[in-house]
Amino acid sequence: MLVLGIESSCDETAAAVVKDGRTILSDVVASQDEVHKNYGGVVPELASRHHIENITPVISAALEQAKTSLADLDGIAVTQGPGLVGSLLVGLSVAKAMAYVLGLPLVGVNHVEGHIAGAFLENDDLRCPFIALVVSGGHTSIYEVRGQGENVLLGQTRDDAAGEAFDKVAKFLKLGYPGGIIIDRLSRNANRKAFAFPRPWITSGSLDFSFSGLKTAVITFIKKMNHEPTAQEINDIAASFQEAVVDVLVGKAFLAAEQKGLNKIVVCGGVASNQRLRERLHEEAKKRGAAVFIPSPHLCTDNAAMIAAAGTYYLERGVRAPLNLNAYSRLPIV
Amino acid sequence: MELLAEDSDFIIVKTDNPEETEEVGKFLGMHLGPGDIVSLIGELGSGKTCFTRGIACGLGIEESLPIVSPTFTLINEYPGKTPLFHFDLYRLDDSERVFDLGYREYFHGKGVAVIEWGEKVAHLLPDEYCLVLFFSEFDERREIKIKGQGKRFIDIIKSLSKFLKD
Repeated sequence: MLVLGIESSCDETAAAVVKDGRTILSDVVASQDEVHKNYGGVVPELASRHHIENITPVISAALEQAKTSLADLDGIAVTQGPGLVGSLLVGLSVAKAMAYVLGLPLVGVNHVEGHIAGAFLENDDLRCPFIALVVSGGHTSIYEVRGQGENVLLGQTRDDAAGEAFDKVAKFLKLGYPGGIIIDRLSRNANRKAFAFPRPWITSGSLDFSFSGLKTAVITFIKKMNHEPTAQEINDIAASFQEAVVDVLVGKAFLAAEQKGLNKIVVCGGVASNQRLRERLHEEAKKRGAAVFIPSPHLCTDNAAMIAAAGTYYLERGVRAPLNLNAYSRLPIV
Repeated sequence: MELLAEDSDFIIVKTDNPEETEEVGKFLGMHLGPGDIVSLIGELGSGKTCFTRGIACGLGIEESLPIVSPTFTLINEYPGKTPLFHFDLYRLDDSERVFDLGYREYFHGKGVAVIEWGEKVAHLLPDEYCLVLFFSEFDERREIKIKGQGKRFIDIIKSLSKFLKD
């Protein structure tokens, strides 16, 4: 089954062709980072406008690279949320128009579910069930993946996403953008036990996250210092903060595995590229005889191959989206 | 929580922890209706999202979707009898770009618009809205100043003041 995936939930316009939900034939991403850098962040209307400019060339490139024509496609999968509504609508409208004109089945995909499905693209031997931790600038949640497309939400952030906490602490330390990558780098030459920041466990056994309080604790700590932190202090704060986040992410991922009696964990989303997180996940997995799967950095960021992969399972099961399919800024996995 | 000060168009409430900050938001939320705008101003970690969670509770937004930070998505929409449009302008550095947000549909729509980092759109707000300022020092305590702009919101401040005294 050949599926065209379309993704436009935030900064990236992406299209991909995936075979049988496992093999990537093409995977094209047009990033708007350069455009938004000038404005210090994502600008919704600009994002929509650039998605409109990019979407047709990106889809053509994806088909061309896959050496596929429109007539070869068996279905179309498109992200319907969560994300910026104006951005989502661009991908959604194109997908609907193509499905209607070509008479192809269409399916709407949850972006977060796409991240989980992305793990199948690189690991032929990955089998359900497993625990999935999705951690990025916009999401922090844990799922039990019972089968392909059968994701049960076990916990999620009640306030800030982990990646957002990274960005905000970095901004407070005047480290620049993207904060997560800079903190990751500075932490390598620093003492991660220098400062004891709180580990937000919530209650014992809970798989929910809360990073807002940790962010506030770090900011309060810096304000209390009463002087501009030195370079070494900044590195130590970054490392100590990162360690607190990593402790909680690793702790909860394995707690979920323990609660569900599983020994496989998939970690995906932008923050999955954090070196310290990867290191700690692998250490812990070794200790417990568990297996950890982390997609390569490209598949951790937003892309359409993962959307095509997630959509394939639904299409195979006969799920069809109506042509009045809508976009949602917040969309729970059901 | 404690009512620290009041005047005809504002009150200042002191809260001891995030739960109380949320509670104050809930009191405000209970008084809000379609088309109302609340502008929240305060630095990182001062309690804006926490306060908004309270407003959502006061509006009766159902709890199936947690009220989380909209920093990433810029606008989170929560359906309900009176929907909540939760804005976060943290990532917008150029205030002129706010024109592109399509804010008019939200500001004058059928729901309540709550805007974090509202100072970035001060020039776009109508004559009537509610301004909330958050002050923090070195601990969990916050001083929250709620100020009404225009008659409707001055009336709401009066009700809040009475509510807090009772």
